[in-house]
Amino acid sequence: MADADPAPRALTAYPRLAWTWCTAMAQYPASLAMFAIASFAAATAELGAIFVVFAHAGRIAGFGIREALLFYGLSAIAFTITDFLLGSVERLGNHIRRGTFDTMLVRPVSPLVQLATDEFSPRRLGKVVPGAIALAYALGHAGIHWTPARIATVPVLVCSAMVICGSIWVIGACVQFFVTEAGEVANSVTYGGQALAEYPLAIYGRDVVRAVTFVVPLAFVSWQPGLYLLGRPDPLGLPAVLRYAPPVVAAVLFALAALVWRVGLRRYRSTGS
Amino acid sequence: MRVYLAVLACGLRRYSTYRAATAAGVLTNSVFGLINAMVMLAVFHARPHIGGFDAADAVTQVFVAQAMIGPAATFGPPLDLGDRIREGDVAVDLLRPAHLTAWWLAHDLGRAAFAFAFRSLPTFLVGALVFPLVLPHDPVRWAAVLAAVVLATLVGFGLRYLYSLAGFWVLDTRGINAAAWILGPICAGMLLPLVLFPTPVADVMRALPWSALVQVPADILLGKTHLPGGTAGALAYQALWAAALLAIGAALTARATRRVVVHGG
Repeated sequence: MADADPAPRALTAYPRLAWTWCTAMAQYPASLAMFAIASFAAATAELGAIFVVFAHAGRIAGFGIREALLFYGLSAIAFTITDFLLGSVERLGNHIRRGTFDTMLVRPVSPLVQLATDEFSPRRLGKVVPGAIALAYALGHAGIHWTPARIATVPVLVCSAMVICGSIWVIGACVQFFVTEAGEVANSVTYGGQALAEYPLAIYGRDVVRAVTFVVPLAFVSWQPGLYLLGRPDPLGLPAVLRYAPPVVAAVLFALAALVWRVGLRRYRSTGS
Repeated sequence: MRVYLAVLACGLRRYSTYRAATAAGVLTNSVFGLINAMVMLAVFHARPHIGGFDAADAVTQVFVAQAMIGPAATFGPPLDLGDRIREGDVAVDLLRPAHLTAWWLAHDLGRAAFAFAFRSLPTFLVGALVFPLVLPHDPVRWAAVLAAVVLATLVGFGLRYLYSLAGFWVLDTRGINAAAWILGPICAGMLLPLVLFPTPVADVMRALPWSALVQVPADILLGKTHLPGGTAGALAYQALWAAALLAIGAALTARATRRVVVHGG
């Protein structure tokens, strides 16, 4: 009997597959620990770079270190959690090349879930920690004037940012349906996007901010949410209504990612012999 | 010697097959270069001089760093040797009438030559088109830069060879690799130019072999070496690290091959 409702099944398959990989990884506990520490150290280094930069410059584009930590925290938490949950999709090209993607297609679980959980590893949680600490600190110390509306908005903003990042991750991976070896293109919007959104976007100037607002909507991951929480006017003069847009942008991008995935999957013709 | 040249040519040919991947690499390196350069411009806009560097110097270093990702493999890939040691294929490598270190060095130099021509040069060109980079007029300086790139490639290989060799002693080298791939780029000057770090930290980083991958070549290009003897001293420093790492690699290879046990029926 065909399963009438595939969504709940994907929801139960995901944790099950993820857990399988976790127990596999736990067979090498020393490696796992070192990996987790290494991921933590890498993310801490990026955070350290922001401290070094602001220690030299004082304020950049009108923002001090505490406000910068808010932008960093919002960006880092969204990107690292999506990396944790579905960063493995970037290896789509490898699976296509080796033929293992065909194996995923014949199994009765969504290939996207299988791809996302492939080599799922708790070590990537190491990356989340510095971002979470920075965000927690910044929410308390960045000079946010807390109102009930702002408090209620924080989870909405974080969830929207994660959906935006996740969609970018999936769309980036889908490039590999069309050009198998071009996996690195996605890095420029995934890891590159994270690097970009970690700083107050005003430092990049008007053209870059327009591009990441209207073309690749990274501005809705940390920049617009940060401006909203700080209650600051947009220093580049874009309409203030944009700061209420993250959930809408997230919904549109989610739909787009689903569409691109389906188109890519339909176009997929295996590697042949 | 001919066999090593043939291996080098194979390495070159192997990587030249992946044209789309190379183009994707250039795009990604350029995007990261642009982002990092704009951050540097913002910092130096607030403080025009830091540790003898100005904005143009810092932006130039950003693109040197992005350009070195290919030949010196600062972010990887690790040598295939690591996997071959874990899976036992290294036994086949050891049966060949060629020195293990020299064999893999030749293969990696082929990869690096291709990466230099088709990844480093286009990435650096993008930087030069978008930003006013520091570009010396003296041809001798450019020759020194080229030598620095070659030496950085040798140091990069020496380090990755040692990471792989660890597999003879530890069964799963992925942890060691992960640690190395994080510390390495920071100490190399990939994350930030080393002058931005507090002086004692920067001095320690300069003394480590990774600085020969990015910071020293950038210093040579900018004419700002911190070492006695200026440009020649900087090249000698790189050469010293390259020689030391390769010598350690060769010595460890000799020890490792004596203890290798090939499982099988």
